[in-house]
Amino acid sequence: MKLFNLFRSGGTAPVARERLQILLAHERSARSEPDLLAVLREEILAVIGRHVAFEPDKVQIKLDRGKSVSTLAVDIEIPNGSRVGGIAPQYSRLTLDGGASSMNKQVA
Amino acid sequence: MSERTSARVVVVTSGKGGVGKTTSTAAIGAALARLGDKVVVVDFDVGLRNLDLVLGAERRVVFDLINVINGVAKLPQALIRDKRLENLYLLPASQTRDKDALTEAGVGKVIGELREKFDWIVCDSPAGIERGATLAMRHADTAIIVTNPEVSSVRDSDRIIGLLDAKTEKAERGECIDKHLLITRYHPWRAARGEMLSIDDVLEILSVPLLGIIPESEEVLRASNLGSPVTINAALSAPARAYFDATRRLKGEQIAMEIPSESRGLFTKLFGRKAA
Ligand SMILES: Nc1ncnc2c1ncn2[C@@H]1O[C@H](COP(=O)(O)OP(=O)(O)OP(=O)(O)O)[C@@H](O)[C@H]1O
Ligand SMILES: [Mg+2]
Repeated sequence: MKLFNLFRSGGTAPVARERLQILLAHERSARSEPDLLAVLREEILAVIGRHVAFEPDKVQIKLDRGKSVSTLAVDIEIPNGSRVGGIAPQYSRLTLDGGASSMNKQVA
Repeated sequence: MSERTSARVVVVTSGKGGVGKTTSTAAIGAALARLGDKVVVVDFDVGLRNLDLVLGAERRVVFDLINVINGVAKLPQALIRDKRLENLYLLPASQTRDKDALTEAGVGKVIGELREKFDWIVCDSPAGIERGATLAMRHADTAIIVTNPEVSSVRDSDRIIGLLDAKTEKAERGECIDKHLLITRYHPWRAARGEMLSIDDVLEILSVPLLGIIPESEEVLRASNLGSPVTINAALSAPARAYFDATRRLKGEQIAMEIPSESRGLFTKLFGRKAA
């Protein structure tokens, strides 16, 4: 390996460049239209809130913005007897994983 | 003085603070004046004015931009003529903390009056994306976006480019504001080792044409210590030559881009302070 390459390979600039490209792609699209992931997060929570009462601090939302695929993971702890107008479910945990578009309903 | 066609209003802006806007406003303003044009540099950094200091005019400030806007002073009373260059003037900012005194209509009127008197009106923007920064860019024909090759500076420049394309008078008329990227505080040896974003990286990410590359240099610090822009104080130094080239490009000349090289960086490192 050439000395020059040796220097370069230790450089952190390529990481900086990659991170900026991903970030700015999102920030630019957010400028012209409302952030899709933020909209999804709001609406998903609204829909769930219509059916079950959950405490806002029992909601975990994780966002990972990637270059071609982003994931939004919503993890909501639903206590027993929290159904809004109806039969109470068992203690449940509802996980929506945006990237894999999977939905697991686990009954504890 | 050159034959006046129409005045150009230039905003020197960045989003991020401390990247070299004031230094660049002073250096380019002085370079334009040395090339024969009639120039006023306007400080929009209300409450944190520094352009007066960098130009060595801090003890001559009597009235400021806000006094002119409020009608306390007439424009010619507030303009300070440079002691070295007879066609370079400064319109200082106010040190009052009341930024609201800067009204859109007031700024528009002052810029209109300056257009009658000068070839170039170079506006030194405050950092941030608040009122002061948006008012500084509001009436600009041309923007110089000052960026350091570093992640947060590049991100903030992108944000400012968004504002320039949306919030300026020119943009609102459906025209495109003329944008140029000025990369400052460039360390050739760091870029060569891949420790710092390269010029190509920054250009690819921001996709704004390059006006110039100003190397990191002690000459710049020395110039501001003395209150004399580097294009006056050390006109043959590397940063001054880079500022002169950038200024000529701003005037529309075609000049090959010189990327400050590693050898110069090493030279500086090895032989110390005099070289840069
Ligand atoms: N090419 C350079 N080499 C070395 N130092 C520099 C260079 N350019 C700017 N500086 C230094 O960086 C500091 C910040 O510069 P300056 O005040 O021009 O930035 P600014 O963008 O106007 O800051 P602010 O956002 O606070 O108004 C100053 O100390 C200045 O001397
Ligand atoms: Mg400044």
